[in-house]
Amino acid sequence: MALTHEQVKHIASLARLDLSAAEVEKFTTDLSNILAYMEQLSEVDTKDVEPTAQVTGLVNISRTDEIEKRADPDLLLKQSPNPIERHSIKVKPIFGDNNHT
Amino acid sequence: MDLYELTISQAHEKLVNKEISAKQLAESVFERIDQVEDKVGAYITLTKEQALKQAEAVDKKIAGGEQIGMLAGIPGGIKDLLCTEGVQTTAGSKILEGFVPPYDATAVKKLKEAGFVLIGKQNEDQYGMGSSTENSAYKKTANPWDLQRVPGGSSGGGAAGLKAGECLFSIGTDTGGSIRQPSAFCGTTGLKVTYGRVSRSGVVAYASSLDTIGPIARNAYDAALILQVLAGADPHDSTTPPVAVPNYTADIDKSIKGLKIGLPKECFVEGLDKQIEKIIMQGVDILRKQGAEIREVSLPHVKYALAAYYIIVMSEASANLARYDGIKFGHQSKDGKDLLEQYKKSRAEGFGEEAKRRIMLGTYALSAGYYDAYYLQAQKVRTLVKQDFEKALEEVDIMITPVTPDVAFKFGANSDDPVQMYLEDVFTISINMAGVPALSLPAGFKDGLPVGMQIISKQFSEDLLLRVGHRFQQETDHHLKTPKL
Repeated sequence: MALTHEQVKHIASLARLDLSAAEVEKFTTDLSNILAYMEQLSEVDTKDVEPTAQVTGLVNISRTDEIEKRADPDLLLKQSPNPIERHSIKVKPIFGDNNHT
Repeated sequence: MDLYELTISQAHEKLVNKEISAKQLAESVFERIDQVEDKVGAYITLTKEQALKQAEAVDKKIAGGEQIGMLAGIPGGIKDLLCTEGVQTTAGSKILEGFVPPYDATAVKKLKEAGFVLIGKQNEDQYGMGSSTENSAYKKTANPWDLQRVPGGSSGGGAAGLKAGECLFSIGTDTGGSIRQPSAFCGTTGLKVTYGRVSRSGVVAYASSLDTIGPIARNAYDAALILQVLAGADPHDSTTPPVAVPNYTADIDKSIKGLKIGLPKECFVEGLDKQIEKIIMQGVDILRKQGAEIREVSLPHVKYALAAYYIIVMSEASANLARYDGIKFGHQSKDGKDLLEQYKKSRAEGFGEEAKRRIMLGTYALSAGYYDAYYLQAQKVRTLVKQDFEKALEEVDIMITPVTPDVAFKFGANSDDPVQMYLEDVFTISINMAGVPALSLPAGFKDGLPVGMQIISKQFSEDLLLRVGHRFQQETDHHLKTPKL
């Protein structure tokens, strides 16, 4: 299955990746080749086969809802490259004038 | 014999007999690192100061007459995918450059409680994505047997570093072969555990339904000692089942007379390198001479496992790697006028090519209209592969296959063709799909390069694998050979 440049740009946007023109070119070829290889999966008869997500058969593992302090919250906040205000991370505007629709 | 060449059990004996101190042992390893690290490039970060302090603490205990565990004072390296409190953890990616975790991964915590000495953080393909360690954003790791060749991957730093004498053991991760394939390429003994046997808590997530953590060791006995410390249920990882942890060395010397070994016919086909096949069959023969019975088994769906595996891995990776937004931690772009643009630029600058390729493919496979054809179909094929293994392992106790189609390849040999690189994992990935454990053992040499033999058994039967590996290594010396550096 061959992808187009436009499709690759769309996927990149969904994946929040800013690709250069050269990368769009390369990934269009690469992803098409990989998908062509994956096509063989359609040969397998999987009628009446249940999908497996968990290989050891565990289901619905629950635990008591107790707050546990595993790491210092301030230390975790310090990992952020952004300014910290009132124990929160301050980010750039989400609804700026430029992209208000 | 220099101290850095010792096995864990040898070093332990010398420590408790006070022939050597833990500090001397650590110093020997760091001297060796000074000699060979320029050539091998196994480490992203070295933690010498902290290591010597840890070693001194163990020496104090010994001097005070305290009993010490098997890993106390033993120098080990950790793949840079496991969080280490206070020590940079990069996952081999620029997006985590400078990231210093505020807590230890459960596996690391357990090793620290056992008194091991952390030598440093080992190089890898970023996020575990690769089969050559060439996808590291930091450095090239060379195969100690031939510096022009790759060490395998993704835990390439762990296998190469151990073989080069830069630690006494390594901890790697294995999502599709990342412990076993570098072990085969470098001549180390690598164990991929049953999914959930070792906690994934604090390990940078790649493909959550397949990721495992395990030892890379000098021999099966050492691997058993390490697994003893790592294994067990963890409240911080709900995928670790409450299955009892056996004593892995209790029966390790027991005879394997009557053991039923299966050779999957799909793995010994036309096209398998003749020399590799010969070496594996010689290995099988060594076990036959110890009383094992050999028969053919069939895994009819393994030929589809690779395609299904890569769909699952890339889909899960695209979801897991969505957390790298450059806001909470990790690399942040200087550009971007608003939040969305900043995300896109931070991720574009931080991720390497292979990570981008897998994120994109996973995003595509999970997107509306394609989910059924790709991810769901792959999950169904996983069921069929798992059933193949269950059926075969009802007929026999263990199965044996090669680890890799051939020996270590030269740098750049597979770089231009991602599909060719993915085919490197053809013998290892189906094991992750089935969730069963497998051990990679040095089985011989082709043109001076190590060849690995893979043994596979039922879920949670690592004790059997380690026993077979140990018995094999009592009769062979491939694992003892070391390269000149």
